[in-house]
Amino acid sequence: MKDDRRYRVMVYDLGRQMGKVEYLDTAEGFLGGSGLAARLFETYGRPGDPYDHPGQPLIFAIGPLTGYFPLMSKVVMGFVSPYNSQYAESHAGGRLALALRFSGYHGLVLTGQAHIPSCFVLGHDSLGLLDVHYLWGMDVFKAGKILRKIHGRGSGNRSIIRIGPAGENGCSFASINVDSYRHFGRLGCGSAMGVKNLKGIIIQGDGSLDLPPGKDYRRLYESIYKQMTETEAMCKYHDLGTPVNVMALNELNALPWRNMQKTSDDGAEQVSGERFAADLLLRKTACSGCPVGCIHVGLLREQFAEQHEFVYRQVSYDHEPIFSAGTMLDITNAKDVLTLLERMDNVGLDVMSAGVSLAWATEALDKGIISEKETLVPLEFGSVEGYCHAIDHLCRQTNEFYQTLARGTKAAANAYGGKDFACVLGQEMAGYATGEVFYVSQAYGFRHSHLDTAGYSYDQKAGDKSIDTTISFLLKEEAARVMLTCMVSCLFARGVYNQERIEEALTVIGRRDMAEALPQSVTEVQKARWRLKYATGYDPTQIDIPTRLKETVNWKGPLDENFMLELARRYIVAIEGMVP
Amino acid sequence: MKILRASRMDRCIGCFSCSLTCARVVHKSLSWSRSGIRIHSAAGLSTGFEAQVCLACTHAPCADACPTGAFSQRRGGGVIVKRDLCIRCGECARACPVNAILMDPELGDPIVCIHCGQCVSFCPHDCLEMVQGHVIKEAIHEG
Repeated sequence: MKDDRRYRVMVYDLGRQMGKVEYLDTAEGFLGGSGLAARLFETYGRPGDPYDHPGQPLIFAIGPLTGYFPLMSKVVMGFVSPYNSQYAESHAGGRLALALRFSGYHGLVLTGQAHIPSCFVLGHDSLGLLDVHYLWGMDVFKAGKILRKIHGRGSGNRSIIRIGPAGENGCSFASINVDSYRHFGRLGCGSAMGVKNLKGIIIQGDGSLDLPPGKDYRRLYESIYKQMTETEAMCKYHDLGTPVNVMALNELNALPWRNMQKTSDDGAEQVSGERFAADLLLRKTACSGCPVGCIHVGLLREQFAEQHEFVYRQVSYDHEPIFSAGTMLDITNAKDVLTLLERMDNVGLDVMSAGVSLAWATEALDKGIISEKETLVPLEFGSVEGYCHAIDHLCRQTNEFYQTLARGTKAAANAYGGKDFACVLGQEMAGYATGEVFYVSQAYGFRHSHLDTAGYSYDQKAGDKSIDTTISFLLKEEAARVMLTCMVSCLFARGVYNQERIEEALTVIGRRDMAEALPQSVTEVQKARWRLKYATGYDPTQIDIPTRLKETVNWKGPLDENFMLELARRYIVAIEGMVP
Repeated sequence: MKILRASRMDRCIGCFSCSLTCARVVHKSLSWSRSGIRIHSAAGLSTGFEAQVCLACTHAPCADACPTGAFSQRRGGGVIVKRDLCIRCGECARACPVNAILMDPELGDPIVCIHCGQCVSFCPHDCLEMVQGHVIKEAIHEG
């Protein structure tokens, strides 16, 4: 296949089972990834309609550098969030990015609703929908195994993504499993897929592309590859992985424990990256096109009968899952953390939101705001068994309480009380009690993600409390990250892929036009994303930072509420400045 | 002459850097399949990875099966490929006992490892190595 300068996008109507190939002129300046997803949502999205309107699109977008360079390995998913009804992005790796690239597409748009539970299949010369009604209700791992069997073509290096019962049942924080160990995790993308009667998607990745002539591309590839593998640049991610943060944050009194009732605990060592590596790390694996291999897979060995009868499971772990299924629930045993992660993952829940929501439910039960009539099982901090049952109730929405909790912790707190300790920052918080800048950045940021702007890092590094400097950091950091999510790079590579490197990379693959317009294009993409978020209902006045987080005391001392509120006010003004 | 061996595939993380390198350097393509070495998950990603690659036969059945002489025996093991002689009949691929030859679905060309070793330095876990062909032969006899 020739690498067309135009972007090739498959637009498929699941109801009519008809596809068409669309071509987009990249001269429009949307770059790819985040920009391409926003551009496609402008065409196919329905800003006034809810997430479950059959016409709402699911969008998957890669970028100009996908596959060309190491760690250009991510896919941006654009969708209307079941969690907040706004235009949202979720990002994932696995094999999906390269599989889409080698199928000959930069983007995939799925509209309509399949008549029966189905699996969508796309390859360089194939397209269609498989009837998989018999997989409905099945967990993500069983479903993955069967999908591999029923569609044998491309076996061994295709990408298979699928949802679990949580996504089928419309849980507002259902996730999508990508190739077993990666996820489109947040903001309920699993239910956006489930409402389309879509259990799985198989991308074949069975084509090849021509490379640009000359030696410049090859030289740059080799230089970047060496930087990724032979320098310290990626060591943190390769060695202990992100769980290295557990001890560091705990020592700073900045690790959320027990629904943020405390920020440090002597039990941290038992769930640290070091402990996982020593006791449970089975192996590491990688997204396609990434020589770093940051995916840490733990071995969970469970005895199911006497006479030493065991099953074993492989569960990926990272800092955020350890926080949400570990410290936030006051669990100080690494194996117990893996047990909960496996349960959450299996039913297709976003582990971050699931853990934080159960932490709130545990405290609400403890305080008598709700009773076991609601939770159906005893929930107790540090106790795994109750949580295992609660995960199942949450995914199946067994009673009114779990139906409400499945709409998010804030929705449950609004209905039952306990808003002051509902640890929600736009969505359930990420694993950093670092203070003012992180709380503001997640609460008001575009994805409500710790990855939007690195506020947690600013909290740890910056000494001053200048509002101007902080706002400037947040906006600059957002732009730097949008540049990467347009390419689409893994954000772990941000130390390698600065603007100069990206411009160089675009130039050697023959996209000098993109390189020259890069800063302006990034600004336009930033604006486009915010425009869509506002058009679909974003209202920063509806966001607040809960009392529990305002009471944070960490290595800096008590949180400065006045600084935080002023920062929030000014950040909103700055964001509104990007929206015409 | 040296030959490529995927000796330590139990270390493989599935990054495809080897396949991407062969495609980039040998076949001037962006691909994970237009490559002499192709990586597959064994039976889903929880079971590790396998390399589909020429085992460097010293009496190569693919060369025997080739009706035009496009494939000929390489000293030390494997084959020498003369692409301009190939008529894309696929006899080589059918003759290979380990399915190491891919008939490129788009170009129709047979894609097989030429034991150039370009991929070796791009494996981050040292799964691959170049070894002397005759050493392998002796090892087989010893076994």
